[in-house]
Amino acid sequence: MSPKGIPEAVIAAVSPEEHPIAPFLRMDRMPHIWCSTCGIGTTVKALVAAFEKLGTDLDKVAIVSGIGCTGRVAGYVRLDSFHTTHGRPIPFATGLKLAKPELDVIVFSGDGDLVAIGGNHFIHAARRNMDIKVVCVNNFIYGMTGGQVAPTTPLTALTSTTPYGNAEPPFNLCHLAAACGANYVARWTALHVRRLTKAFTEILVKPGFCFVEIITPCSTLYARRNRLGTGLDIMKYYHDNTVIEHGADPADTDIAFGGPIICGKFVERDRPTWLGYQDQHLAGKLGEKYYRGKVLREAGKR
Amino acid sequence: MKADPIGVNKGTFYLDGDRAVAEGAMAAGCRFFAGYPITPSTECAEHISERFPEVGGIFIQMEDEIASIMAVIGAAWGGARSMTVTSGPGISLMMESIGLAAMLETPCVVANVQRGGPSTGLPTMVGQADVMQARWGSHGDYEIIAYAPQSPQEAFDFTIKAFNMAEKYRTPVIVLLDECVGHMVEKVVIPSADAIEIEPRRLTSAAKGEYLPFAYGDDLVPDMAEAGMGYRFHVTGLTHDERGYPDMSVRCQNWLVPRLVAKIRQNADDIVEFDEESTDGADVVVVSFGISARVSRMAIDLAREQGIKVGSFRLRAIWPFPEKRIADLAKKIKAFVVVEINLGQIFYEVQRCAAGRCETLLSPHAGGGVHEPEDILKVIAKGAGVK
Repeated sequence: MSPKGIPEAVIAAVSPEEHPIAPFLRMDRMPHIWCSTCGIGTTVKALVAAFEKLGTDLDKVAIVSGIGCTGRVAGYVRLDSFHTTHGRPIPFATGLKLAKPELDVIVFSGDGDLVAIGGNHFIHAARRNMDIKVVCVNNFIYGMTGGQVAPTTPLTALTSTTPYGNAEPPFNLCHLAAACGANYVARWTALHVRRLTKAFTEILVKPGFCFVEIITPCSTLYARRNRLGTGLDIMKYYHDNTVIEHGADPADTDIAFGGPIICGKFVERDRPTWLGYQDQHLAGKLGEKYYRGKVLREAGKR
Repeated sequence: MKADPIGVNKGTFYLDGDRAVAEGAMAAGCRFFAGYPITPSTECAEHISERFPEVGGIFIQMEDEIASIMAVIGAAWGGARSMTVTSGPGISLMMESIGLAAMLETPCVVANVQRGGPSTGLPTMVGQADVMQARWGSHGDYEIIAYAPQSPQEAFDFTIKAFNMAEKYRTPVIVLLDECVGHMVEKVVIPSADAIEIEPRRLTSAAKGEYLPFAYGDDLVPDMAEAGMGYRFHVTGLTHDERGYPDMSVRCQNWLVPRLVAKIRQNADDIVEFDEESTDGADVVVVSFGISARVSRMAIDLAREQGIKVGSFRLRAIWPFPEKRIADLAKKIKAFVVVEINLGQIFYEVQRCAAGRCETLLSPHAGGGVHEPEDILKVIAKGAGVK
């Protein structure tokens, strides 16, 4: 048996290089560090499927991660990829996008990274409607550091720093993103691979701040401590307890411990992007003197 | 290469040091600025916000200083020359990310207009107590380049230098002003674009698929790629190998970090800059920088009136430190007198380099103002052995 309990014969039968998404990954970095039944790999697969579906020019896509289990995504996908500091992928992505607006810039990170230490950047990027795509893998816990409470941990849930149960109300990330002005807000779980893939195909072509939250299992830490069973049990939980409600008011989509998970596309709107509004506003104020306006007009003529 | 004329505001102006930094940045090709308001640096951001739309730059006021420096690093990887400016608590907030810039070998510029500290300290008043923070402020081992202008003209000139050195050595560079230099208004001559030399970015010419982001040659500086060029490279703040992949091993740490330090130290002679005056035959040499160097001149004149042989040594680049020259001078003089608006920072560097070959004395100031020349004079007299 291999260290992960997979029979050697199975490993021998499936060459990693033959995996359909191998061309999108840095196969020289496999095996990845994620636990078996972790949901992060599923979310990466869905992103890759969206690229394939859209025929995206991958030379023009950059991905930025922070720190944590999901922070490792940037290291595994074969794109221009930046593994930055804890909580800061959004401002890094902001600079990258504004310096090279023709890039599609995706932030792929975890809940602790994006809305605890990075929460200030999250709300302001949404307010500005910065043209970046923010994917939050929400497993309700700090995985990399050993299972501490997060601002997403449901009330009463056990973690290594809430041994008597969490007594702080969590953020509803979709409500937060929507209230701050995001152009697109959706929530899915790691079970909803096709719907998640569709969401990715939508945000990759939609201008502005687009936010997708993905509820994923952390069976090693969150599920074990809370006696929620194996990865398979959690998938079954998602299957039995997910309510798909497109267009739901994000304020009504809080997640309670052991409660239903409301999924769907909650927000889709067309506020102007930060750069789009700057261009329009400054061209109006400065006319011919607005240098970017001149460049854009010349690019338009060609 | 020569500067792009669109960013060069040729002419003679009366500018404060903060605005001179802004003009220097634009002349050097800076086209991305992210910042957060903080006294006494804000004039720089205000000036950039006004000028950038006509220059083709992107100005964004971020939600805090951490976001500002991170956006600056991101913009550098998107191909822009980028900078931020801050003071006091702001530079403390930026420290983690300056370490990221050093680790990713990201060319970028941070101007720090020093005010009195610690903490909120003296927001509107001068300090020079961030000198060691500039050098050692982020955790872990790395080297930094920092310039210390003493006038608005130098704020302009050194900011251009800072951008050039950032590109040449792929490192964050700090322009370490102080509130006096930031706020004093003096004549600044901005030359024409063809008189301004610009260091181009060290972009890789490797074939796609063959690029190794952290492979390097004799000067220890790797060639860079920018996002969108098709290299599909990876960079990480983790200890990484030449592919840019994380490799958290003793072997890899020892491959990477000594080089980050050595690429500056090995090239220190190219970076170190100082002004030296009347040090030949001097008994005492006054070592200073920024506004303190200007105040020291008065004290030096007073000392000479008393017949004391005094020379002056002004740091233009403050990091890397001019170790060799200080060690050399220490053999020939009785004492160094270090004048700085802090309670002893460069003093310890001078003492280290003098290594007991001469005396090293400090003329300290806790901040909020500049030295009285008479106070400096007393220390000079002590160093010369005059009662």
